[in-house]
This record gives sequence, C-alpha cells and structure tokens, in this order.
Amino acid sequence: MTAILRSEGLHKRFGAVSAATDVNLSVEEGEIVALIGANGAGKTSYVNMVTGYLRPDAGRIRLGETDLVGMKPRQVTRAGICRSFQVAQIFGELTVLENVLIALAIARGGASSGWRGLSRPEWISASEEVLEQFQLAEHRDATAGTLAQGVRKLLDIAMATVASPRLMMLDEPTSGISVDEKFAVMDTLMSALRQRGVTVLFVEHDMEIVERYARRVAAFYDGRIIADGDAAEVLVDPDVRQYVVGGELHRRGGQGGGE
Amino acid sequence: MLTYVAIVLDGLVYASWLFMVSVGLTLIYGVMKILNIAHGSLYAIGAYTAASLVGAYFSAGYVPVLSFAVLVGAALAAGLVCGLVIERGVLRFMYGQDEVLMILVTYAIFLILEDLIKVFWGVSPYFAFQPYGMLGNFDVMGLPYAGYDFLLMGLAGLTGLGVWWSINRTRTGHLLTAVIHDREMSTAMGVNVKRVYTVTFVIGATLAALGGAFTAPKISVTPGIGVEVIVLAFAVVVIGGLGSIGGAMIGALLVGILRAAAVHLLPEVELFVIYAVMALVLAFRPYGLFAAPEARKI
Amino acid sequence: MNRRMDPTLVSLAAALPVLLVLGYALPDWLTFYLQVSLASGLAALAVMLQMRAGLVNFGQGLYYCLGAYAGGMSGHFLGITDALVLLLLAVVLSVAVSFIVGFLVARYREIFYAMLSLALSMILYGLLVRAEALGSTDGFNLPSTTFLGYAPEGQALREAGYVFTCIVALAIAAAVHRYLRSPLGAIGEAVRENELRVEYLGASPRYVVHLIYVMAAAIAGIGGVLAGISVGHVDPNLAYWTTSGQFVFIALLSGTGNVAAPLIGAFLLVMIRVYAVEYSPYTWQMILGGVMLLIIMFLPGGLWSLTRLRKKGGLT
Ligand SMILES: Nc1ncnc2c1ncn2[C@@H]1O[C@H](COP(=O)(O)OP(=O)(O)OP(=O)(O)O)[C@@H](O)[C@H]1O
Ligand SMILES: [Mg+2]
Repeated sequence: MTAILRSEGLHKRFGAVSAATDVNLSVEEGEIVALIGANGAGKTSYVNMVTGYLRPDAGRIRLGETDLVGMKPRQVTRAGICRSFQVAQIFGELTVLENVLIALAIARGGASSGWRGLSRPEWISASEEVLEQFQLAEHRDATAGTLAQGVRKLLDIAMATVASPRLMMLDEPTSGISVDEKFAVMDTLMSALRQRGVTVLFVEHDMEIVERYARRVAAFYDGRIIADGDAAEVLVDPDVRQYVVGGELHRRGGQGGGE
Repeated sequence: MLTYVAIVLDGLVYASWLFMVSVGLTLIYGVMKILNIAHGSLYAIGAYTAASLVGAYFSAGYVPVLSFAVLVGAALAAGLVCGLVIERGVLRFMYGQDEVLMILVTYAIFLILEDLIKVFWGVSPYFAFQPYGMLGNFDVMGLPYAGYDFLLMGLAGLTGLGVWWSINRTRTGHLLTAVIHDREMSTAMGVNVKRVYTVTFVIGATLAALGGAFTAPKISVTPGIGVEVIVLAFAVVVIGGLGSIGGAMIGALLVGILRAAAVHLLPEVELFVIYAVMALVLAFRPYGLFAAPEARKI
Repeated sequence: MNRRMDPTLVSLAAALPVLLVLGYALPDWLTFYLQVSLASGLAALAVMLQMRAGLVNFGQGLYYCLGAYAGGMSGHFLGITDALVLLLLAVVLSVAVSFIVGFLVARYREIFYAMLSLALSMILYGLLVRAEALGSTDGFNLPSTTFLGYAPEGQALREAGYVFTCIVALAIAAAVHRYLRSPLGAIGEAVRENELRVEYLGASPRYVVHLIYVMAAAIAGIGGVLAGISVGHVDPNLAYWTTSGQFVFIALLSGTGNVAAPLIGAFLLVMIRVYAVEYSPYTWQMILGGVMLLIIMFLPGGLWSLTRLRKKGGLT
C-alpha cells in the first residue's frame, strides 16, 4: 500500500500551548482513519496544518510527491485534499442547491466560464446528483442557514466532496447531531464517500462512531500522538483509555450523549 | 531652523485638537464596536451650543474668565442630551448588528443631526471669539502663538489623562475593560452591559462636544463644520488602531506634525498627506499601529 | 435559461424606447434630472455590486470623480470631445487605478474596506482642491461633446447627450445583470456568505474581491464621465465622502435585488431633493436619514424587496 498523505515531525505552538509536538502521521490510500483526543488535544490543528490554514512551525507534509507546507487552503484543495469543519461552513443565505452549484462552479473553474449562467442544466443535474447522494434532495430549495445542525454538516461535507478530493478530512462530522440520527448520517456520508473512492480521515469524540467506521485510530494527547494503529488495539490501550476514552465516556455521561 | 520649530509647535497644536475630536470616537468603537459617523455632528453641536451660550454669557456682562466654564458646561449639556437621545432612541435597538450596518445607522443619524443643527441654529455663522482673545498672544522664538492654543494643548493632555485614569483606575473603567475584553463573559458575570454602553456613548458624545466647544472660539461656527471633522477623526483613529486611546494620541501626533510639515514645506499636499498616512498605515499594519488582529479558530 | 428570456434583460431593453420617448415628452429640466440620475445611478450600481459581495464602499466617489476628471481633462486640455473616447479614457483610468489600489483594498473587509475606500477618495479630493491648474475647489467646465463626428449644438446637443446616457446606462445595467447571474457573480455572493468556504472550495476570495472592486470602479468611472458630460462641469466634490455617502444611501434604499433598482433609486433621490430643497430646505437630509433608519430596521432588502415578497432574488 502507498501512503497518500505523509506528515513528519510537525510542531506548532500557540504561545505557551503546544498544539502539535513531533506529530508523525501517514494515511494510506483507501484507508478510513479516526483521530481521537480530548478537547484541545490538537486534532483540529492537525487538520488545519495539513490543509494550509495553519503553517507548522516545523515538519513536512506531503501529498504523494507534493509538498503541502506553505500552500494556501485553496491550493491544497486543488492538490486533492478537502475538508469539512467542526462548525459547518456553508453559505447561509443561499439555498442548498445554490450552495452546491457554487461549489461546482468553483471546482470546474466556473470563474473563467464567461457570461453563461450559473444555472445551466448540466450543472443543475450534477448538483442534484450530489444532493441525492447525501440525502439532501428534500432540502434542495431550503435556505441553508435555516437547516438543522445535522443537515448543515451533511451539506458542508457534500460541498467539500464536489472538488473530487483524493483525501477527505472531516472535523467531527457527528457533533451536534442527535444520538438517534448519528449512525444514519454517518452511513449516508460514508457510503457517498466510498462511492467516490475517497480516502477518509475523521476527527471524532464519539467512540461508538469510531469503533463502527474506522479501521485505524490515532489518539492525540496534548499535541502528541500517543497511539496509532488498529482500532481494536488502540481503543483498549491503557494510555488511550486513561487520557482519551475515559474522558469521552465521562463527557457523554455528563452531557447525555453527543456534543 | 525656525521652520522646524514652527512645524513642531503647529503640529502639537493641531495634534491636540485632533486628539480632542477623535478620542471619543475611538472610545465608543473600543467598547461598543460602533464606528460613529455622527461623531462629527456631535462635535458641531458642541461648537454651536458653546458659541450661543458664550455669546449670551458675554452680552449679559458676567465675569469673562468664567466663560471657560461655560464652554465646559456647553459640552456637558450637549453631550449628555444628544448622547442619551441617540443611544436610548436609536442605537440600543441595533445592538448585535453587523459593524458595517452600524456605520450606515450612524450615517443616517449624521444626516438627521446635520439638518437638526440648521433647524436649531439657522445657517448664519456664530462667533464666540472672546475666550480666544482673553488669553492674548505669546512669542516663541519670535513666532506668535495664541495663548488659547496652549490652553487647548493642556486640555488635550488633561482629557487624555482623564480618560486613561477613568479606564485604569475606576470601577466603571474596569467594567469597560471587562466588556471590551469579553462581552458574553461580562454579561454572565453580572455586568450590566447595556448600562456600560449608555455610559460609554454619553461620554464619547461629550468628548466630541468638548472638542467642538473649545474649537468654537477659534472659528466661525457654520453648518458643515462637522463633516470634515469626522474623516479627520477617522484617519487619526485608524492610524492608531481602532479602539485604542493611546493609539489615538500617537495618531494625532503623527497626523498633526505631518500636516504642519506639509503646510510649511509643501502646502499643495496638506490634505493629501493625512489620508495618505492613513492608507499607508493600513497597508502595512491593517489593524492600526496599536491594535492586535484577532486570530480566528476554526 | 436560453429558452426563456430573462425578464430583467427584457425590461432593460424595453426601458430604452420608453426613456427616449420620455425624453421628448417631458420638460427639459426633468429630462436633465433623469440624465444626471442615470449617471449617479451607475455609481450607486457600483456600490450595490460590492454590497452583493458583502462590501460597503464609502468612497466610490473616488472613481466617480476620476472618471469625470478623466473625461473633463481630455476635453479641456486635449480637446478630445467625442463621447465614446471620453468614456473609454474614463474606463481605462478607473481600471488602471483600481487595479493597483485593489491590491491593497482587496485585503480588507467590513469597516476596514469602508474606511480605506473613504480615505482613498479623500486623498483624491485633497489633491484636487489644491490643484490650481484644475480650478481647485471650483473645478472647470467641459467643452461641448461630439458623438462619432456628429457635433450638435443647443437643444440637439442636450438630446444627444440624453440618448447617449440612456444607452450607456442601460447597457451597463444589462451587463452587470448578466455578471451577477454568472458563476463568477455567484462566487461573489459566496464571498459575502462565507470566505472560508470559498477558499476551501478552491477559489481566492481576495481575487474575487479585487475583481469586483475593479469592475465597480469602471462602472463608477463611466457614471462619472456621463455626469461630467451631462452637467458640463466637474469639481472635487465628486470625490468628497458625502457624495459617496449618497451612493451608499441609494444602494441601501433600493436594495441589491435588481440592477435597475439603483438607477430608479437615484432618480427618486434626485426628485426628492428637487422638491425638498424647494419646500423644506433644512429638513430634507433629515428625511433621508429617517428613511434610511426605517429601511435598515424594517426593510433590510431595500425598496426593491417589496416587489418580491416571496423569496429574495435567487441566483437561479
Ligand atoms: N488560532 C489559535 N490561536 C491560539 N490558540 C489556538 C488556535 N487554534 C488552536 N489553539 C489551541 O491549540 C490547542 C489545540 O486546539 P485544537 O483546536 O487543535 O484542539 P482539538 O483537538 O481540535 O479540540 P476539540 O475537540 O475541542 O475540537 C488548544 O489549546 C487551542 O486552544
Ligand atoms: Mg477540534
């Protein structure tokens, strides 16, 4: 197997806080990897560094042969890595269809496609297909900002897939989604992503989701990776149980599940 | 040599005035995140109130020296009334809106105030030159300066100190700082943010009026005097960093000296230089010289 | 969308004959105001174009003035009188300046965008009021305009200027409309809604803003040169911040729903001013301010939103 994403020796500090200390993580083609870790462990910072939002203080990040350090997020997107966000990033005042249409317009270099309208039939049907895959068809004409959390997260992810990434990074795809819906949402998006043959890395607090969908798990603690390997092994690792999983169980007990 | 002395002195006089007219603007922005376009009108109202009161005071033949107290009184009255009416009557319905929308709101208030001024005071000029003349002239190395200008410098210094002291050394000041730092948290801690807003706006309006009141003796008070002031104050405040009192002081000094230099050395660029400095500062320090950008976590 | 004609484009096309007929039917003073308001309406359209991307330009007068002076100076000093050439010069100058300035401005959003544009327009104002050769605060007059060799005089000149202004203004409005419906226009809206998402989808919000800034400058520049031709005079007040404030007012009043709205709004404003100045010279701004507050509070989509209460003007 070949690694598509290889990150070596990443360091990142925010003042006194270290968000990454010697982080080494590679992702193989076709894998589904979960990143776990308590709040502030550095999971989002990792995603931010890979996707060009944050520049690591030190370290290397490569996608295939491409060096990603110093690239802007849009360049990383075009290189083949897309992401979703902890808080869904959508175009709130536009409709769901328009959201996807714009994603499509950008992905297909629509900016340079002259005076022809945005709503050309082939784009609309392509967008509707995406909505179908992510089970968003019924919300087609709803204003995106009025949708429920879970639907917004799906839309966020749907928009990210439009650029046809090789690697998709999902930041807490199920946060804000009710307990009874979380598996349905995950099933929807995992099957949509599998259909597209995308490698997936997702950040998750919910251990049920992690167990069910990830074959490999990397556990973050205080900016370091303390365990990385088969889900079955990592989740029973004593350190991980103490620093991560225990915390998550406690958290769920306290908040009645989910976030 | 004499030119440089003149540049520095003129610059200081102008800087004092600039600081007086912009400190209220930056205070209001710092606390309330409102860039108040009506600030110039408040300045004008202060000037008009002062001019008409001083005029009445002198025609009544009271002790001339106390006319300075009349200036202060005029500013207090104008600031209190206008500040309260604007904040309670309009702004409080708008809190939580986008900062840009608030600019438009205060622009609307500016339009209203500009006409109210004409309705109240008409369009013919008002004069209140008596306090200006009372302090006579001084010679600085052969250059004539009005005593009143030195009074303005002192006033600007006092105002700066006063604002600094109130923010750093009083309870209200600590509340202000808390609100500036974290609005939600202060609300949660039981700070009455609405009260803080009202107080801040009234103080900011009074500072604008004070600037106007003390300028009135130097100029003929006519419609439109506030229109120019607002862009100057913006420039000063943006150079220093929106919301920073110390920044406003540095901004005023910078603009004051540069303008004085332009007036003496290259009069064609007098106005140009002020805005060019502002554009330059923005180009290299987007948030002004003394304000830090806020990083955004995602 | 190729089958069905776009109603806005149809209306704009239909507006031309209507405006021309009005030009003959209405008294001269009224056609003059119509012509002037089409010119300032273009500047308001430029402001509205930026508002669609979430940007408020409080210094659009910069390019309005620049366009007017480009035309005026070519006429005054170089003896160029052809309206089309003047127009072209105004566009070239506005685009050149805005392209360079845009590298700076496009980095800013929200109040910084507003204040920086205001400062830039005041720089031009500051330069012009001190430029003796350009008449300082008084400005200067333009020579009579010619149209592709046609050199009318008196009444005919006025009519030709009116026709020219109508054609240009409507053509620009139509072009802006097409742009707004294009993918690029949609990305502009997306920038307003969420830049982070736009960046992560693979486009540069800064380039988009830069482009919008330049387009708006060109449109305002055209408005400026038309204003110069209409009035026959230019002065630095075109760049003063209150002039820009009026454009913002018009754009806010009319809303961003349709390209025709700022043109109509500009005419309304001119008419309100004509009558208000006559009947209550000291309170007309007050009325404007009051209207503006009411619009902000109760009609955030502007007056145009009244025409479509169902849903706001969508992209599709
Ligand atoms: N832009 C920033 N500026 C300052 N500190 C930051 C910034 N981004 C992250 N941090 C800090 O870095 C640390 C790691 O944050 P990060 O967001 O990566 O955590 P996380 O593992 O994603 O946590 P969560 O589960 O809460 O999302 C935290 O202490 C956080 O406060
Ligand atoms: Mg996170």
